[in-house]
Amino acid sequence: MESEVDKQQGADLLARLIGNELPDEHGRYGPFGGCYAPETLVPALARLAENVYRYLDDDNFMAHLDSQLRGWVGRPTPLTHAAGLSERWGAAVFLKREDLAHTGAHKINNALGQALLAREMGAKRVIAETGAGQHGVATAAACARVGIPCTVYMGAVDIQRQAPNVDRMYQLGAKVVPVETGDRTLRAAIDEAFRNWVADPEGSYYLLGSAVGPHPYPYLVQRLQSVIGTEVREQMLSIAGDLPDIAVACVGGGSNAIGLFHPMLADESVEFLGVEAGGYGPGLGDNSATLAAGEPGVLHGSYSVLLYDDNGQIQETHSISAGLDYPGVGPEHSLLKAIGRVSYVTATDDSALSALQECCAAEGILPALESAHAFAGARDWAQQNPGKRIVIGLSGRGDKDMPTLSQHIPTPIVASGDAA
Amino acid sequence: MTEVLSPRDRISEALRTANANGKVGLVPFITAGYPDKDLFIDTLKAIAREGNVVEVGVPFSDPMADGVTIQRSSHAAIAAGVSLHWIIDELTAAGDIGAPVVLMSYMNPLLAFGFDELAAKSAAAGVCGFIVPDLPWEESELFRDVLDSKELALVQLVTPATPDPRLELLCKGSQGFVYAVTITGITGGDVALPPEVTNYLDQVKSHTDLPVCAGFGVRHAEQVANLGSHANGVIVGSALVERLEAGDDPAAFLAGLRA
Repeated sequence: MESEVDKQQGADLLARLIGNELPDEHGRYGPFGGCYAPETLVPALARLAENVYRYLDDDNFMAHLDSQLRGWVGRPTPLTHAAGLSERWGAAVFLKREDLAHTGAHKINNALGQALLAREMGAKRVIAETGAGQHGVATAAACARVGIPCTVYMGAVDIQRQAPNVDRMYQLGAKVVPVETGDRTLRAAIDEAFRNWVADPEGSYYLLGSAVGPHPYPYLVQRLQSVIGTEVREQMLSIAGDLPDIAVACVGGGSNAIGLFHPMLADESVEFLGVEAGGYGPGLGDNSATLAAGEPGVLHGSYSVLLYDDNGQIQETHSISAGLDYPGVGPEHSLLKAIGRVSYVTATDDSALSALQECCAAEGILPALESAHAFAGARDWAQQNPGKRIVIGLSGRGDKDMPTLSQHIPTPIVASGDAA
Repeated sequence: MTEVLSPRDRISEALRTANANGKVGLVPFITAGYPDKDLFIDTLKAIAREGNVVEVGVPFSDPMADGVTIQRSSHAAIAAGVSLHWIIDELTAAGDIGAPVVLMSYMNPLLAFGFDELAAKSAAAGVCGFIVPDLPWEESELFRDVLDSKELALVQLVTPATPDPRLELLCKGSQGFVYAVTITGITGGDVALPPEVTNYLDQVKSHTDLPVCAGFGVRHAEQVANLGSHANGVIVGSALVERLEAGDDPAAFLAGLRA
């Protein structure tokens, strides 16, 4: 299948993307996207697509969503001028504070919107997957708020490394099902959630957490996360008097990045940087740097860039952050890379850890390990491009990462005599 | 002079011949190279003696439409080094295994192989068609065109959730046979067919002249007998893979289903 895009096609595709003409009627972003779903799910996905276009263009639905985003999620989230990082990096750094949204990450924007949609569609139960647990917590909270029972599939490996979030989901009334098959991380959790949906496509609503999957999910998630970039645009104009020179976000499946980037794609002066998980380094299986090292293929219902071997088997991945530990990426990102509108780089585990520590020290903010990758990418970019306005998508707070952090950076015990 | 059948017509013909002999068609499925890579061709020949068409599963790391048995067999086969290249090479070396072979594969191994090369090598290896569980009709044109060039079948799946206009489209578009999935939960000792299943199968048959094969999780001879009046064939997958795992004789199990 085709995946190359020449310069003229690229310009046309970007214009169509900005004009809200993509995805097209086949769910395509240029060569990417589509709907590679089992036949059992095709009618359910068609019904979902119908409802997505109906409700996201419905003033009443959107007004209700907006009031819930304000009153329950706490939007708009602040855009914080990061004075400490600005001074260290020789730049004007602003942080989009999705860590301050209810449940502690951007995931709630999507979970709430989809839970409301599920209710409109008459769903009897919601199923969801989670990697870092942030989407699971957001879904559990949104389903409790909306009043629909929810089951969350989570890889056994992730259950261990994100234990605090498992307890939060339970307290919020979700049933958490450990996934012991495959690689026992996010990818296996998505496989399992799809299987569960295949068994009951009519009664269940699959609340997918990233801008991946078959049409219409990448579009639905982009629409619901675009509140991030829409707010950033207004906030930059009012706080800094100008748009950013660059917006930087971490990319796993890519939902917070697409939410930050998409509303500013039409602003030609704004550059975009997506930062993928470089893990231990560039070796096969040592990272989750899909766009840096992958090829187009089909996984989880869409044609997009993936990490796979010569036989088409999906590659095992590694990242210190569970939320980025995924071998695929959303189709809109694959397009944005192919047409050169967004640059994608990687940040290693170590570089993300050091950026996390720097953010703690300079700003008094503990970012999620996922978000720390964006800080690492922004720091490198600032070195090459001094004196610029940089917006970093601080997609979530780092409390959930304490088990991992204390493993990598042990907390020193201070003797009482040294406390002063 | 006998007419030489195209690969995809060989599939339909094999099922029709079974029906003409008063038998329901039997389509056994195995995951290639599982549980023992060295026994792949021997096992395939053994089930081809009992079955009318054989279905060979190409293992994939993320079989999102499969249950636990096929997940287990797929991951084990990949770990043992089974790949689409290996399967094609084995089939090429084996020659005629005694029944038409259909490969069941998710999209990504097919993409990684390359469509054009795949069609040429599959045809040369005696493969008659493909079943691709994550390739719905709307996305299938490119692959179908490539398979058409070698007269290989692209078998369409239909399900009880498929609404009627679409059911007709898929039945008309299918080649070899129509794969009627049912998710209505016939398991274990429950051998009676609920009316919604027989109605569904009758409806599928009304849209096509091709044989219709039902994929059920068939485990018992009574089920096969009951299905015979509403479908041209039955697909036996997980139950057969479980017998192979247990070290049982697959041919004896299959023979028992039509006893």
